[in-house]
Amino acid sequence: MSSTTTYRTCPRSGLQFEANAEKLMLANAVAAVVFLLIGGILAVGVVLTRWPAIHWLEADTFYQVLTAHGIDMLIFWIIFFEIAVLYFCSSTLLRCRLATPKIAWLAFALMVIGAITNNVAVYQGGSSVMMTSYVPMMAAPSFYLGLILFAVGALIGCFVFLGTLVVAKKEKTYQGSVPLVTFGAITACIIAVFTIASGAIILIPTFLLSVGVIDKVDPLVYRTIWWAFGHSSQQINVAAHISIWYAVAAIAFGAKPMSERVSRGAFLLYILFLQLASAHHLLADPGLSTGWKVVNTSYFMYFAVLASMIHGLTIPGAMEVAQRAKGFNKGLFEWLRKAPWGNPVFSGVFISIIGFGFLGGISGVMMGTEQLNMIIHNTIYVPGHFHATVVVGTTLSFMALTYFLIPVLFKREMIAPGLARIQPYLFGLSMYFFCLVMMGAGTLGVSRRHWDMAFEGAALAYQWPGAAYLMMGLVGIAGVAAIAGGAIYLYVTVGSLLWGKKLEAGAASTTFTPIPRSAPTVVAQSYGSAGFAAPGTFMLAMVFLVAFVLYYFINWKYLSQVWGLS
Amino acid sequence: MSAILPPSERLWWKHPLDRVEGTWIVIALIWCLIMFFMMVGWHLYGKQNLSTETYKTTPDKFSAHAQAMVDKYTVRTETADKVPVVAPPAGSDIYMIARLWNFWPILELEKDKTYRLHLTSMDYNHGFSLQPANINIQVVPGYEHVVTVTPNQSGTYSVVCNEYCGINHHTMVGRIYVK
Repeated sequence: MSSTTTYRTCPRSGLQFEANAEKLMLANAVAAVVFLLIGGILAVGVVLTRWPAIHWLEADTFYQVLTAHGIDMLIFWIIFFEIAVLYFCSSTLLRCRLATPKIAWLAFALMVIGAITNNVAVYQGGSSVMMTSYVPMMAAPSFYLGLILFAVGALIGCFVFLGTLVVAKKEKTYQGSVPLVTFGAITACIIAVFTIASGAIILIPTFLLSVGVIDKVDPLVYRTIWWAFGHSSQQINVAAHISIWYAVAAIAFGAKPMSERVSRGAFLLYILFLQLASAHHLLADPGLSTGWKVVNTSYFMYFAVLASMIHGLTIPGAMEVAQRAKGFNKGLFEWLRKAPWGNPVFSGVFISIIGFGFLGGISGVMMGTEQLNMIIHNTIYVPGHFHATVVVGTTLSFMALTYFLIPVLFKREMIAPGLARIQPYLFGLSMYFFCLVMMGAGTLGVSRRHWDMAFEGAALAYQWPGAAYLMMGLVGIAGVAAIAGGAIYLYVTVGSLLWGKKLEAGAASTTFTPIPRSAPTVVAQSYGSAGFAAPGTFMLAMVFLVAFVLYYFINWKYLSQVWGLS
Repeated sequence: MSAILPPSERLWWKHPLDRVEGTWIVIALIWCLIMFFMMVGWHLYGKQNLSTETYKTTPDKFSAHAQAMVDKYTVRTETADKVPVVAPPAGSDIYMIARLWNFWPILELEKDKTYRLHLTSMDYNHGFSLQPANINIQVVPGYEHVVTVTPNQSGTYSVVCNEYCGINHHTMVGRIYVK
């Protein structure tokens, strides 16, 4: 079976691609981009309706568009891309053949069929139930069926990834431990298996309810289990995009992890604690005990936050060490000033790291605090937060990685490199602003998933303060700018695939070249041997900590002024 | 030994950490523990903690309680639909029904007095979003959530539904007066 495939070594990157894996990566990445395109078009409808001065779509269309936007972006775009990343981190980085390519194609087919079935259900109307589809509000059976098929496909993809790790080990394509990036991908895969299992546990009964086989799914049980799927799927993203950050640090700078033990230890913390965060969505719910809420929402004493704070230091830290080794040693920040800011692979990832930490991370911990959640739950602060994590964090990282993959995997010269150069700035920075003003509106109480903040037709309408209208107007402007940034990404990616100059693939061979054993390096041979290796990054980390502490306690102050509740 | 290659040291868990990392891990861990104990401590010393008192209920059972309160303590009606405005005595059990697409009835409370507010939904999930105080509580059908509230400022408060509940979600607004 292993003899039927070929391997090529990319002349630009030195990476070795196996033919089956390469085709599957390409197919999954293309499907991902198609759903990003659909989700992006839908974003226009969402943004222009929530912009109070425009208020474009009718209520029924708005809720339909919002449902599809959420699912296409959060599930289909991201998970298709993640499957491609999993295949890359196994087959390509370990230089081995992909396990069971036929089954991997089956997985892909199931995912495509599922995604289309779900989309069609939403566009037919009658399934405008939002991504969360809380029972007893019911969608068409095909809505759930589509999600289930997609999930089964993704689960099979995860097992193909795990099987590929076994192949690599058995065929001895590498020695010692897997690379750190693969280790991160394994973390993502383990989280994905948990996530998909949770999704199945709750979506299968809900599907049966929708076709009338069973007559009740408890609404609170649904919420509790659904979030083990809904929130955990975002934790797959965290593990995946952090792996990409490490990969890009290695690709753009030749950076070595500061310490394999620290970075891998942080990934292990993710495996152990990250999933508990589904409690974030249930803090304002009845029926769950305080102890359950406190332990789960804090990832058992914030151990997963600790892990993210570690990655947030070690990735820029590794870049700093690499830059200093090249001689950029002046002051605290010469290494950063002299970074390749014109390379979208790097700039995208760096904007992603900073935005994910400062905007997504701090806001997430704040609103995941049991009591503070009461001043945030279901306000538009929540989408403000998760656009900082999922769009700035995950989507922007995937975009940056795409710019690397266009010549390497797609074997095309990138069209419009000038546009690609500005894209991470336009998309990333307008997304920063978008998230900030959304959080601002949420702090004033504006609801998420709400068609009309003027409450047209309500007998007891509430009048939001003028500042809330201003914030929502700014959300509209920033959203349009971000959509323009997304359109540039789609244009560059799709355009390069279609019209980019074909690049040399590298000779195909029927055998793989194993990864040579690397020589031990001098970095950090014992504690403190490198001195204080990354002072600039440490300074940035302290700035982050100060921002975090201030913002955290400001919100406690705000909470202490509302009605007494007990 | 870059992140996309196998580590050169076979036993990566013996790979020492740098001083920058060691210092940061200690600082970050301390901050994580502070945040954890802040949340626990607020339960002991803070005045805003969400009750977890919950009962299973049915629309009929809950409506009967709400109706009894309305019959006893209604002081006037408001809007074209004659929504009762209910002024129950301080310290009593008060009820608010969330349903498609209104909150019923209107409550009139006294400042600095404590009430046991019972919340449930008759149909879908709804959101109890008290504005402009900005207190947000999930309302789940089948579950009666009893929240002890102490209004600390007088004024007119709106209860905005902030859980999507269908086409007229945006018209679902209730009211609480605090005297």
